[in-house]
This record gives sequence, structure tokens and C-alpha cells, in this order.
Amino acid sequence: MLSLFFAIVGRDLKLALRRQADLVSALFFFIIVVSLFPLGVGPEMDMLRKMAPGILWVAALLATMLTLPRLFGDDYRDGTLEQLVLAPQPLPVTVLGKMAAHWLTSGLPLTLLAPVLGLQFDLSAEGLMVLTLALLVGTPSLSAIGAIGAALTLGLRGGGVLVSLLVLPLYIPVLIFGAGAVDAAVSGLGFEAHLSLLGALLAGSLFFAPWATAAALKISLE
Amino acid sequence: MSNRLINWFKFASPATFYPLAGKMIPWFVALSVLFGIAGLYLGMFVAPTDFQQGEGYRIIFIHVPASWMSMFIYLVMAFWAALGLAFNTRLSGMMATALAPTGALMAFLSLWTGALWGKPMWGTWWVWDARLTSELILLFLYIGFIALQSAIDDPRRADKAGAVLALVGVVNIPIIYFSVKWWNTLHQGASVSLTKSPSMAVTMLWAMLLVALCFWMYTIAVALARARNIMLERERHTEWVRALLAQPKP
Amino acid sequence: MHWNSASEFFAMGGYAFYVWGSFGVTALIMAVEPIVVAQRRKNLLSRLKRQIAAENLAQRSEES
Repeated sequence: MLSLFFAIVGRDLKLALRRQADLVSALFFFIIVVSLFPLGVGPEMDMLRKMAPGILWVAALLATMLTLPRLFGDDYRDGTLEQLVLAPQPLPVTVLGKMAAHWLTSGLPLTLLAPVLGLQFDLSAEGLMVLTLALLVGTPSLSAIGAIGAALTLGLRGGGVLVSLLVLPLYIPVLIFGAGAVDAAVSGLGFEAHLSLLGALLAGSLFFAPWATAAALKISLE
Repeated sequence: MSNRLINWFKFASPATFYPLAGKMIPWFVALSVLFGIAGLYLGMFVAPTDFQQGEGYRIIFIHVPASWMSMFIYLVMAFWAALGLAFNTRLSGMMATALAPTGALMAFLSLWTGALWGKPMWGTWWVWDARLTSELILLFLYIGFIALQSAIDDPRRADKAGAVLALVGVVNIPIIYFSVKWWNTLHQGASVSLTKSPSMAVTMLWAMLLVALCFWMYTIAVALARARNIMLERERHTEWVRALLAQPKP
Repeated sequence: MHWNSASEFFAMGGYAFYVWGSFGVTALIMAVEPIVVAQRRKNLLSRLKRQIAAENLAQRSEES
């Protein structure tokens, strides 16, 4: 089980590193979206500081959305996915491995980049720390929930837009608690409750999402 | 017991369900009209004027039933979807597909009437209240379901994929509602609070229940009609559809 | 019954726009939705009948 998990993670990471352009473009998308907001709403620092948690989280959601079609798309096109589904190894574990690899190549870079972007919005040191922590706990849920949508829309026309229609509403709790944690930290309130709720969401999505994704993959490949 | 089981599965086959549904639709329409007339009579003529909100509060008699139905239909849809996944019956998926547009319309009506109620009462068309916001998200979930199903050409895959999505949505609805509520209490607006509703008179409650029943019967009638369309479309190559089409009035 | 006249009923104590806006749109939707479903059924039936007729024709010309 564990060796299967790590084998899948290692394989997907290797494949992802061969296409660094994809990784980098999602990151640049994140940077550009975040930088567009001050241009849209004006440079008043007070307002930007207040809006920063929401902007950074929404941008992270959108950037994750962009990378979702990649999660199963390449394997679907070259037939690997069908082999994985037919293989005797338990599919949910395989799926969990692919989710982990997806997070390592999309959620983790976003998390590491976010504090730098937070500086643009004049977030306090504590705010930056909590932002990083919240993204660290929250983005794996995004990969897990997003995998369900990616599996359901496999090989459909307009898959990319469709994924966002399906998945963005389901992302709302993560957005609320993620941005809420940073908000609470900035305004000097306790942020631990938000972080533990994010943790609970993560536990729940890591438990249920692999099964749902496995079921969706089987349906899509029938 | 085994007899009864066989009977149920017999009704689950489109060939027997199609004419049965056709016979049931007029009854549900009639019930819907009856409940509607009774509810609107109670709500518009019998129920007294509200001392705080004047006559404007009468929007409640469609706002609340529409909100109830939008949530209830999602649950029923998920129930059919789960049934379809578990027993692989064709009819369940068709019912889920047939219910979704009506559910989305109910969610839309709930938002629309909520906005028209909010404007005179709180001076704004929209507040980011927990209930309004979760209703909006429910509408998004319906739209996602419809969009997913219409993007898939193979009906069996459409049914199953929609079922997985509906079930994931049902698991998420309580979480979404809870998180939106939490978010709302953190960002409590200065002036407006929706939770303070006037104590409800018995007449009002009855009127709301009757209108809700009217909407319910309406939903069943429209969903059955839509399911009949889906059956014809999907089973167009089978014997029973051909026999049906050969009749003068199918 | 607490309305004195029809015009009072339609005025809804000054809330006519909001009350009738809600009820009107609800009535509109509940009228249009069944019509759309019925229309789709009509189109579907005529299309299927044409398909079957075409198939029968093709079969007959094959036989002759």
C-alpha cells in the first residue's frame, strides 16, 4: 500500500518536473491575479491590507483550478489511467498518490510564494505566518476535492470551465476558514479555531475524496 | 416479500413507468392547483396584516416554500442518484436528471423573492446573510449538476457522474451552510439581521404549508413529464417506444 | 377577509411592486416551465416518428 502510494507520487513528480513550464505558468497566474487587484481597487494600503487574505486565497483557488485538468488528463490520453484503474492495486490509494503529487507541484509552491506576495499588501509578520500555515493546511483539501471534479469531467468538451463550475462551490468552506484565519490573525483575534477547522476539512476530504474520485474515474473510463 | 420486490422492479422499467407517469401527471397538476388556491386564499385574504412589515410580508408565502423546495429537491435528487448507483436502475438516474432544472428554478425563485422582500424591509436587494448566501451556493450546485450532465453524451455515464456529484454535494451542503454561518457571524453587518422574524401566526404557517404542498405537487408533475421525455429520447430504439409511436396518440 | 376593495388589494399597502413582482415571476416560471417541457415533447415525438418512417422507407426499398 505505502510502496504503491510512494511509487505513484514519485512517478507523477518525475513527469511533472519534465514539464516545468506548466508548473511555472500556474505560479505566474497566481502572481498576476494577486497583482491585478491593487490596480483594480486602488493603492490605499489600509484597504489592501484588509482585502489581502481574501485576494490571496481566491487567487490560490483559481490557480489550483487551472492545474486540475492536468491531474488525470495526460494519463487519460496516453492510456495509463486505464491501466491504473484495471490494476489489482486499490484505486483509492493510487488516487491518493496522484493527489499528493498534485499538491506537491501546485499547492506547495503557492504556499511558499504567498508570503512574498503578502508583503505587497503590507501584511504583518504574524499575518504572513498564519497565511502560510493556513495555505499549508488548506491547499491539500483543494487538491483532494478538485480531484473529484477532474475525474468527473475527464475527456469532456469544455472540461476546464466545467471543472470550475463543479468544484468552486465545494471550495467555499476552505476559502472561508482559510481567509478567516488570516483575518483573525491580522485583527489580533485567535486564529487557532480557523486552523483546526481547516484541519478537520483536510481530514474529511482526505478520507472521502479518494473514494469518490476512484468511483468517478471508473465511471468516466467505462 | 419477493412478490413485492418483483413488482417494484417492474415499475422501475421505463416501458411500464412511461404510461403510469402519464396517468399520474394530471392528478398531481390538479392537486397542485387545489393546494395553490387554498394556500394563496389563506395567505392573501385571511392572514392579517403584519404590524411591522405591513402587506409586504406576504412575499413570505412563496419565498419560504420555494426555499424549502429548493433544499428538499436536492435531497430527493441525491436519493435517486444514490439509488441509481447502488442498484443500477435506469429510472433513478432519469428522475434525478428530471428534478434538477426544477430545483434550480426553485432556488432562483427563493433568491428572487428574497431580494424583492429585502429591498423594502432592509433597504437593500441583497445582504450577505448566511441563509441567502447558502441558497446562492445551492443554486451553483444545481447549475454544476446540470452542466455536467449536459456535457456528457453517453446517458449511462451522465447518470452515474451526476450521481457522484449529487452525493458529494449532499455531504458538502451542511459543511457549506455551517461555514457560511460562521463567516457571517464574524462579519456581522451593522444594521441588518435576518434571523429576527416575527412570531408566526397559525394562519401564516398553514398558508406556507399549503403553498409548499402546491410547489411539491407541481415539482412532481413537471419532473414526471420531463422524465417521460428523457425515457422516449433514450429508449427510442426499443420495441415499446416504437409500438407507442405507432399509436395515434402516444 | 380584510380587503375593502380590489384596488386596495392590488396596492398591497404600498408594496405592490415587491409583492406582485415576486408572485408574478413565480407564476411566470411555473407557467413557462411546463410549456417548455411540453414543447420539447412535441418536437421529440415528431422527430422520432420521422426517424421511424425514414427507416421503414429504407427497409421497403431494400426489399423491393
